[in-house]
Amino acid sequence: MIPLSWYLALSAVLFSIGVVGVLVQRNVIALFMCIELMLNAVNLTFVAFSRFLDQTTGQLFVFIVMAVAAAEAAVGLAIIISLFRNRETLNVDEADLLKL
Amino acid sequence: MEILFILFAAIAVAGALNVILQRNPIYSAIGLIVTLCALAGLFLTLAAQFIAAIQIIVYAGAIMVLFVFVIMLLNIREEESKIDRQRYLKWLAAPLFVALLAEVYFVIRVVSYDPKPLPAQGAVPPGQILGTVESIGNAMFTTYLLPFEATSVLILMAIVGSMLLARRERTVSEVTIVTAEQIEAAQLEREDEAHETETVGAGH
Repeated sequence: MIPLSWYLALSAVLFSIGVVGVLVQRNVIALFMCIELMLNAVNLTFVAFSRFLDQTTGQLFVFIVMAVAAAEAAVGLAIIISLFRNRETLNVDEADLLKL
Repeated sequence: MEILFILFAAIAVAGALNVILQRNPIYSAIGLIVTLCALAGLFLTLAAQFIAAIQIIVYAGAIMVLFVFVIMLLNIREEESKIDRQRYLKWLAAPLFVALLAEVYFVIRVVSYDPKPLPAQGAVPPGQILGTVESIGNAMFTTYLLPFEATSVLILMAIVGSMLLARRERTVSEVTIVTAEQIEAAQLEREDEAHETETVGAGH
């Protein structure tokens, strides 16, 4: 049987890759995908603990996280489309209207 | 079991690295889909069949299709890398990497949980087996009914919000505004024209 620590380590690695992507990528769509990656790393932790503590609650949380991710993707991509329409760019550095 | 874990974990990490290393977002999206499918496989090893199915259907199916649609809709050209701006990130990267290694080491050395073996077939009522649709549905519609309803409201707001944002704005300049004076002037003009043709006809 696979120990819990393996799943947690894999989850930490995936989450860190997502963080690195958010720091490195400049394309706003790729940035969004890195956020999805981090959400999935957390989902893996939830499911792993759900199995090892024998509780359904963790899997339920994953379900709700997925719904939130879907809502976030829909609204975020709509924002990206209207940003592209107004600015003709997907580079996050160029969307700095609020910067002093 | 260990072989399955190592296989899926390697695929997931490879896909995740693909997401952050590719310059073209469509390749990043494909990497993310690979990662999501590998994670669904890992969920199956954790006795979460329902979540694994939902992962494939909702994540790899619906959400990623949305991403790919937007990428193709916007038709992005290749952008040049702007590494110069991010030179300071190199100094941030080393301590973060050390922190990650320490975390992984801590988790592997300190956390030692042995899973309870799954109950044999027929030992517990089907509503209590971990990961089945029945047990998740039981919990969702009794103990966790309020979060479930809140999620539905959230999705409704997301639908309204994304439609409002992605709709093409009709600005004032696009819409021709017709004032009462203009209508009157147009009518007068038309009457004048009619009068003119009448007089011209009479003259012949």
